[in-house]
Amino acid sequence: MLTAFDKALLNIIQTNLPLDSRPFLVLANQLGTTESVVIERLRTLKENGYIRRIGPFFDSVKLGYAGTLVAVQVDADYVESVAEAINAYTGVTHNYEREGQFNLWFTLLTPDIETQREILSYIGNLPGVIKLLDLPASKKFKVSVQFTLE
Amino acid sequence: MLDDIDKKIICAMQDEFPLSAEPYREIAERLGIDEVELLNRLKKYKQNGQIRKMGAVLRHREVGYSANALCAWIIPNDRIEEIGQFMASKEAITHCYIRAEQPEFRYNLYTMLHGHTRQECKQMAEELARETGISEYIMLFSTNEWKKTSMKYFREIE
Repeated sequence: MLTAFDKALLNIIQTNLPLDSRPFLVLANQLGTTESVVIERLRTLKENGYIRRIGPFFDSVKLGYAGTLVAVQVDADYVESVAEAINAYTGVTHNYEREGQFNLWFTLLTPDIETQREILSYIGNLPGVIKLLDLPASKKFKVSVQFTLE
Repeated sequence: MLDDIDKKIICAMQDEFPLSAEPYREIAERLGIDEVELLNRLKKYKQNGQIRKMGAVLRHREVGYSANALCAWIIPNDRIEEIGQFMASKEAITHCYIRAEQPEFRYNLYTMLHGHTRQECKQMAEELARETGISEYIMLFSTNEWKKTSMKYFREIE
């Protein structure tokens, strides 16, 4: 169970990990505790699986990467083999099976658009793939996985 | 433009962040650069938006949000800006993007909804539909997670 202190710590660290030589000391001062308590709690929260990742989250487009969301309609007998072929690409960060006509949905980031086209053309021609929709974002209103814990 | 040191830094920052008193110094030492230079470059990325967030991402299942749905909407073009901003203002929506509509899939606004249960996600979508007056939407619940990972940028330079 998360304590009130854990929730306060997680709420702060979700939005701002200071770019300071002693970041956990800065957080400790905000929370009225010591640097070592902050570090200890974060280690425990990480070990217990509450924290997925700490660090910078980059804007892929501003780093020059091309990104898209792809919906694939796959014959039920081929879902596993197609999903595995998709997963083999480093630029695939999310790949979910979903209900509906298009049953595999994945995100793809590549250093350039040519690489993206090659990968999509390869996947589109895999056995079992019936149809593929390339759905690049033209505007992002929100990209943040943040939850206020109460 | 990013130089080779930038790419090395961005690549290294995808690794586990040290939970120790001076984490940036540890990372800088591994990279063979000065801690001050590392911090200055990270601050620069944050200022110019290359870093969109410096912080932690939680595992939403562990913090109680165990259901999520990709919900796609058909919005008239003259309302997409207003509705996109409205949906983005909701805490339960973590992602909200415009994507080009396709002849066979006419949805143009994509939102990721988070809730404690599937039923709660459905109710949220119904409420959003009522509030916006948009009735055409589809909820795509996931049935299997084949992959979920963080992007490793510039791994090719290693």
